[in-house]
Amino acid sequence: MSGFFGLLMRDLRLARRGGAGAELGLVFFLILTAITPFAIGADQKLISRLAPAILWLAALLATLLGLDRLLQTDEEEGTLDQMLLSDTPLLALLYAKTLAHWLVTGLPLSLAAPLLGLMLAIEPQAMLPLALSLLIGTPALTAIGLVGASLTVSLKRGGLLLSILILPSAIPTLIFGVAVVKEAAAGHGFITPLLLLCGTSLIALALSPLAASLALKRARM
Amino acid sequence: MKSILALANPANFSRLADRITAPLAFATILTFAYGLYGALVLAPADYQQGETVRIMFIHVPAAWLSLFVYAGMCLSALGTLVFRHPLADVAQKAAAPLGAGFTLVCLITGAFWGRPMWGTYWEWDARLTSVLILFLIYLGIMALWRAMDEPQRAGRAVAILTLVGAVNLPIIKFSVDWWSTLHQPASVFRMGGPTIDKSMLTPLLWMGLAYLLLYLVLLIIRMRAELATRRADRLEILIADRGHV
Repeated sequence: MSGFFGLLMRDLRLARRGGAGAELGLVFFLILTAITPFAIGADQKLISRLAPAILWLAALLATLLGLDRLLQTDEEEGTLDQMLLSDTPLLALLYAKTLAHWLVTGLPLSLAAPLLGLMLAIEPQAMLPLALSLLIGTPALTAIGLVGASLTVSLKRGGLLLSILILPSAIPTLIFGVAVVKEAAAGHGFITPLLLLCGTSLIALALSPLAASLALKRARM
Repeated sequence: MKSILALANPANFSRLADRITAPLAFATILTFAYGLYGALVLAPADYQQGETVRIMFIHVPAAWLSLFVYAGMCLSALGTLVFRHPLADVAQKAAAPLGAGFTLVCLITGAFWGRPMWGTYWEWDARLTSVLILFLIYLGIMALWRAMDEPQRAGRAVAILTLVGAVNLPIIKFSVDWWSTLHQPASVFRMGGPTIDKSMLTPLLWMGLAYLLLYLVLLIIRMRAELATRRADRLEILIADRGHV
């Protein structure tokens, strides 16, 4: 357990001191949201209808950011070898990395989303479901991204490839995440898509670190 | 099981491939000839769709193959990760572009069929979208193969990606039942038998067989090419080594 918390605290410290912490991801999220009205035009009604999709897409892209360095820096400096040799199971360490990445990207995004939703004229009753859907969905995005990061860990320029590899797997999360906000904005009950989102999220969280640990171990043999 | 183990030796595989490639290619041509004759001449025009129904004989077998090839790649992935069969990653690499090809044929013929029937080339319907995603997964697998130099290492990474992408297969198969939007539900492989008439079903199954044979021939040829390429790479390194000393 100490290995888990040790790695978690280290990753959080690195994120804070490296300047690539929560603020930058938030700014990216903000700027993505800010440029969409330029692309769509200042049509309040249309933006309000598209807002769930815009915010979810922005969250997806903001999560992708920095994923390619998630394991690569560890590989370069030798931490990854230590993780493989460590007494703590690799799976637990990968959960620590997932949690650390989510704490600096997914969590601040989810908390800031209602504010951006306000700017995009989302229906008031959909604010809470929006934050809730992002809170539940973004850990799954990070976990799925971890698989891509472990597959491309040895590649110099793996960032683009990583996005191509993992985006198909992120589709179910996106579908149900957007569905929650849409249903809520329309004034319907959103419990069904919310439960489905929980389901896809739990599956991704259970299986992705397993696949990632398999990829990291197999690559060394 | 024993025969699969015997094939682990690439020399054994090459010998077998030598013997069966030509007969298999011949059988493919005959089956295609018979299947196409049945599809384009013997089969009746549909009472609703008219002659355009004949696109089905190209479209549907391609769709079957696009899923079949991926399922085969998943088996190869297990062969790589669990059994460490030396030919598994060769088969996987050889199959990926073929699967992408069948999926592309399926998408394009589907668009040509959709235009007169549905009035649109493309619709963001569940079945269409999930097949497009399958195509993108094939492209991702091919890209990962190209990104890594060392075949063994790339093989293991691709095997894991293939298994992760397999989540899409049941979504494609059942998309028409879960979300009934535009694409019709299954009419051949369904509970309670096919709903399609025999006069069309027979040539369709022949075309399916022809596609399957074509896939096998191309797979064997590509696997042999891949083995030869790896051998050439090894020899080149060996020669470079010797020249150095």
